[in-house]
Amino acid sequence: MSSITPADVKKVGAKGDGGAPRQPGRVSLGGLSLNLRSSGIYIAFALIVVLFSVLTDGAMLEPQNISNIIVQNSYVLILAIGMILIIIAGHIDLSVGSVVAVTGALAAVLMVNMGWPWPLALLVTLVAGALIGAWQGYWIAYFGIPAFIVTLAGMLLFRALTMTVLGNQGIGPFPDQVRTLANGFTNGYLGNIGLGPLGGADLFSLLIGIVAIAGMVSAQWRTRNARKGYGQSVEPMGLFVLKMAAGAALILFLVVQLARFKNLPWVLVLLAILVLAYSLMANRTVFGRQIYAIGGNLQAAVMSGVKVKSVVFWIFVNMGVLSAIAGIIFAGRLNQAGPTAGNSFELDAIAAAFIGGAAVQGGVGKVVGAITGGLIMAVINNGMSLIGSPSERVMLVKGAVLLAAVAFDVWTKRRAGASR
Amino acid sequence: MTEHILRMSGITKTFPGVKALQDVNLSVRRGEIHAICGENGAGKSTLMKVLSGVYPHGEYEGEITFEGKRCEFSGIRDSEHAGIVIIHQELALSPQLSIAENIFLGNERAKRGLIDWNRTNYEADELMKRVGLRENPTTPISDIGVGKQQLVEIAKALSKEVKLLILDEPTAALNDDDSAHLLDLLRGLRDEGITCVIISHKLNEVIAIADAVTIIRDGRTIETLEMASGQVTEDRIISGMVGRALDNRFPPHEPTIGEEALRIEDWTVYSPSQPDRKVVDGASLTLRRGEIVGLAGLMGAGRTELAMSVFGRTYGVHISGKIFKDGKPVEIRNVQDAIKYGIAYATEDRKRYGLNLIEDIKRNISAAGLKGLAKRGWVNEHEEYRVAEQFHKSMNIKAPSVDAVVGKLSGGNQQKVVLSKWILTEPDVLILDEPTRGIDVGAKYEIYTIINRLADQGKAVLVISSELPELLGLCDRIYTLSEGRITGEVPRQEATQERLMYLMTKGQE
Repeated sequence: MSSITPADVKKVGAKGDGGAPRQPGRVSLGGLSLNLRSSGIYIAFALIVVLFSVLTDGAMLEPQNISNIIVQNSYVLILAIGMILIIIAGHIDLSVGSVVAVTGALAAVLMVNMGWPWPLALLVTLVAGALIGAWQGYWIAYFGIPAFIVTLAGMLLFRALTMTVLGNQGIGPFPDQVRTLANGFTNGYLGNIGLGPLGGADLFSLLIGIVAIAGMVSAQWRTRNARKGYGQSVEPMGLFVLKMAAGAALILFLVVQLARFKNLPWVLVLLAILVLAYSLMANRTVFGRQIYAIGGNLQAAVMSGVKVKSVVFWIFVNMGVLSAIAGIIFAGRLNQAGPTAGNSFELDAIAAAFIGGAAVQGGVGKVVGAITGGLIMAVINNGMSLIGSPSERVMLVKGAVLLAAVAFDVWTKRRAGASR
Repeated sequence: MTEHILRMSGITKTFPGVKALQDVNLSVRRGEIHAICGENGAGKSTLMKVLSGVYPHGEYEGEITFEGKRCEFSGIRDSEHAGIVIIHQELALSPQLSIAENIFLGNERAKRGLIDWNRTNYEADELMKRVGLRENPTTPISDIGVGKQQLVEIAKALSKEVKLLILDEPTAALNDDDSAHLLDLLRGLRDEGITCVIISHKLNEVIAIADAVTIIRDGRTIETLEMASGQVTEDRIISGMVGRALDNRFPPHEPTIGEEALRIEDWTVYSPSQPDRKVVDGASLTLRRGEIVGLAGLMGAGRTELAMSVFGRTYGVHISGKIFKDGKPVEIRNVQDAIKYGIAYATEDRKRYGLNLIEDIKRNISAAGLKGLAKRGWVNEHEEYRVAEQFHKSMNIKAPSVDAVVGKLSGGNQQKVVLSKWILTEPDVLILDEPTRGIDVGAKYEIYTIINRLADQGKAVLVISSELPELLGLCDRIYTLSEGRITGEVPRQEATQERLMYLMTKGQE
């Protein structure tokens, strides 16, 4: 135990008149104020993208490469969504890689060996994922074993189960529909449209992109007006327009590039829906708020009437379902369920969450942050392989980035504490 | 005139955006007990951290002279080496280690790299005798009470051959007996030539023990009072601390007492760690609407345990007894039930049980009553903000906005957030456990006003407090608790400190 207690921090942090708490980690630039701790990750992502675009002479941002980055990393990003919730609640899940493998294997056995219709097989696989999550959630939430131990055991158990189910060999191929979901693209329902010097692009994808931009702007605009209506402070109009323009430009760029290559990858559609749904869940629902409350101060959550055990149980059930989705996509992409599927995925998902700003002690983190964290690693992977770096160097850089991200988080927190 | 053992002059310490200390001067004579008084956040702890090297030389401006030498400590080790030891409010002991191990932690009695256990325990025993601690040196820290743990800290300081002992709120968590013993011990140490600096909110203790008092306000030294004159009173110190005379520490209040809100009958609770020990023993009490009821008891009497066991069985095992809400028997199995039946419990330990310190004000306020701000599981964030903003104003929470992080507020403002959180659940019964602990004088008055307002709204309030004057000034009726049993029920008119103390110690012989 340190001899400097939180009590002292508080006393130092507050002024004699109980006055205004400071806002460290905030940079103020002529009215624009930026919270470094929460927005640093997006700035870092942008810088990394720019860096690799330059290093690869623009190959990084080629239509096909963007599509590849998304499709190749979709399963880790899906896992990161579930993982960030678990980490916010102050737990961890080491078993997701094995759960990806076992659910992929189950789907393969049902569809390939037993010839079940694919929708039914998918449904059963998702239920199996939920049951696996419930099994781990029970030991963690109701029996009180640390998640680290339960999921470490799960990592071994479900890997063993995978090997048993598969009889140590790969099973495939999958039905076309499953492969399309994992690897395919939306149909060009409306045909192509010429974009001048950029060549032809899929009209349907472009329309989806425009709808997405309109949705984003109108939702943000409504929120802004509602906040004003309730007398809350809102960012200045100029900044708002700037942010919306940046967001719109980003979506437009992404969609145009994808539309030029083929169409929208199905996994991108799935991922977008999941990110939106889980972001809303985390911020706007009672359940989501309770996850943050538990991670922020478990005891206080209990004393505030949060059903801690039930919340923890359900976030592990949720992780099981997302692992099953990832498992199906991964197996579908390889067109085969194999005994080594999902190896070390848990580490990628955990790294994504922490690079994306989750706090080691829990209570802090965002779904979008975890996705950004995952994309940072994806871009590093992709960019370095484009410039021909050997895999050990890629690993080295990823390790350094993870350490640096968490060090940055701890550093900003220490500055916030000021007196520690 | 005795020489000064310590002189701090012109100390200025700045945090980003805040001047925590501004040109502070402190002179302490050898062999005196020197008290430092000031409201929370006045800068007392910061000053002590500058002195003990927590903030190393170079992070502050000004000069420290100790024993005639200029000091430039770069860490706690340096200051301890010079003979300055600081004992923090929240003790820094390792609960699983023995008393002796704790005393020599970081300063082990070793021979050729191996711990010499005979010498460790023997020397620990000698030190324990000096501080009047009668325990076996091999007893684990977790087995002794917080009063004795405080003595272990002092023994640890003595083992380092301390010349200047700094105690930050040493009696905050102690009962009256333990406090008296500690103060006696400090007098004894003074006679042995050890100089003490003591930070305390308990002004009666300061009057009783200190030779001089330095008052700090808003990061500046206001004055140093010599106690030898006999002229210094509590009110005199308070007026220095707050910069104004506080002629009335309690707001006036005329109660309108209504129907019975909560009745507890024959409530018995066993300790979870020692399941054969009754912590609360057949306690019965009644709370009425509009009434402020006090619960007095010494440390360990079972006050918090009684409250928490009633509040959704958050403490204790084998709980038996009946609870009646508005005259009807109710079954309260968990916190959700308690909230549903309109019972709120604001904990004595805000940081541990009351607040999510890394979260902002609005989300802390909505933590217990979130369902009331939600429709089908979806939180109305604008409504949440509006409600929080309302409390921000009505409770006078000092923060730029409700987006401010709670961990950075002062104790008084944190307590207001806790109260807001429970008021939002629209309770009929509020149990307030030590509502003014660690809160400065001005904020206390505000908390009392809020409590009165709650009673006037027809809520039943139970106030648990270690400070008898607080109960006498605030409550319409006071229960006394001793060893888990209700030993008395005293109406306001008949209540005196002596009477309560008699009842609180009843049956302890």
